[in-house]
Amino acid sequence: MNILSALRQFLLLDMLSGFTITLRQLFAKKFTILYPFEATPISPRFRGEHALRRYPNGEERCIACKLCEAVCPAQAITIEAEPRQDGSRRTTRYDIDMVKCIYCGLCEEACPVDAIVEGPNMEFARENRKNLVYSKEKLLQNGDKLEPTLAERLKRDAPYR
Amino acid sequence: MSTQQVTLSQPTAEQPFTLNFGPQHPSAHGVLRLVLEMDGETITRADPHIGLLHRGTEKLIENKTYIQALPYFDRLDYVSMMCQEHVWCLAIEKLLGIGMPKRAQYIRVLFSEVTRIANHLLWVGCHALDIGAMAVMLYAFKEREYTFDFYEEVSGARMHANYFRPGGVNRDVPPELLSKIRRWNLNFRDKILPMLEGLLDENRIWKQRTVGIGVVSPDDAQQWAFSGPMLRGSGIGWDLRKSQPYECYSELEFDVPVGKNGDSYDRYLCRMEEMRQSCHLIEQCLNQLETTLKGQPCKIQNFKISPPTRNEMKDSMEALIHHFKYFTEGFHLPEGEAYASIESPKGEMSVYLVSSGGPKAWRAYIRSPGYAHLQGLDFMAKGHLLADVTTLIGTQDIVFGDIDR
Repeated sequence: MNILSALRQFLLLDMLSGFTITLRQLFAKKFTILYPFEATPISPRFRGEHALRRYPNGEERCIACKLCEAVCPAQAITIEAEPRQDGSRRTTRYDIDMVKCIYCGLCEEACPVDAIVEGPNMEFARENRKNLVYSKEKLLQNGDKLEPTLAERLKRDAPYR
Repeated sequence: MSTQQVTLSQPTAEQPFTLNFGPQHPSAHGVLRLVLEMDGETITRADPHIGLLHRGTEKLIENKTYIQALPYFDRLDYVSMMCQEHVWCLAIEKLLGIGMPKRAQYIRVLFSEVTRIANHLLWVGCHALDIGAMAVMLYAFKEREYTFDFYEEVSGARMHANYFRPGGVNRDVPPELLSKIRRWNLNFRDKILPMLEGLLDENRIWKQRTVGIGVVSPDDAQQWAFSGPMLRGSGIGWDLRKSQPYECYSELEFDVPVGKNGDSYDRYLCRMEEMRQSCHLIEQCLNQLETTLKGQPCKIQNFKISPPTRNEMKDSMEALIHHFKYFTEGFHLPEGEAYASIESPKGEMSVYLVSSGGPKAWRAYIRSPGYAHLQGLDFMAKGHLLADVTTLIGTQDIVFGDIDR
């Protein structure tokens, strides 16, 4: 150890240089936000709570092709389907177990009619598991509530897909 | 406590004092149960018990198509997500014998290096916190937040990205994101990294806690199959990015930092320098992506292996069939086996993939660096004090997701 570093050690300069950094940070711009009142921006690709979308005329998009059910790695999606009275093929049951779901986004990628999407909402914690098994009604409700946002997100991301 | 109880717990010559470190100890990094045999406060034997986070990933993969297995790799080493996806994709590509567009390679390397920085930031923060330096963790996690923002913007998820795909990447990177990464990268290299080093490099407490702790000789490091910074800290310049370059690493310029003494402090220096080299790599990738590789495809244009674009899928019957085949049956791999390995932030991460034909793997063995490192904990801990165990666990960069799999 040379004299210079011994002097640095003796005068506590190594500690002081560290303290200067922390002191400077004390006056730096705050990085944290007040979470429930403020939120960080999210991209159009964000994968949050699922929603089933409808066409502008109110017809549901899902045609029960079951691609999402087939591709789901966690097997969280259950679909049952039969022809409707007017002859078109639609789901009678579309359940997503949000506890099983791993939010990988493969269902959204697989869907040929942009029916199932993962929306921007991430605040859907519930007090029990039963409420986290989403039925078709709940998913369509999500879609109706968020439709303008969902359409906007898909439009913004369309050039990359 | 009564005096009688104290006498009862006194160790005898026949019966050493046994201490359970974890699985609920906050500095046991997850669910490590470490059974320590103590002589006073000195460790005579350290016996790591693993398996508390075993999820059967390898077995699960046997029942999934290749793209379905991909999200499971994010969840192995859950602090360097995209690197795990990378090794799975490489194994598949090796067996398929396909290459991929240049742009895809550069995007992959770009995000591998972002991941490396994210991993080392978590490591330096938690390592310092275990040892007693609180501030480092706060500043490191702030920067790590930015890397998560990049993840989110490119893939849609902050951690479990599911972004790399066999034959390329899922979606192209938006141009605004590239300039964002560039801004952050410069700031990180010039301001944040010196700040973190300023807090620790010279700090006498940090040095007392790390210098000479957990010394691994070059011989030991090789004998115990150490890799990554654990090996380089001992003075062996072995980096898979240099020794057997995958993707476009051979076209990029970077140095491999090597330690001298093989103690915890050298490994710390190695990892800090690795972050600086990652910044350098990120900058080179960004330059390429923004100029020569602009507008090129980001995945292989073979629709048996990667899905067609959505516009094509909606217009052409052929593309729709490809789309349906890709998402239901997946793609078939030829019969055979392949071993692919990458330099993950923690060391050599590999997949040994055996296929008997068909859309699912017959067997996928995952070699995780942490597993080999943890075996060495016994000889590293021997003779050290109890308080040094936290340093050793920290310096090995243990993450239980990939050890237990």
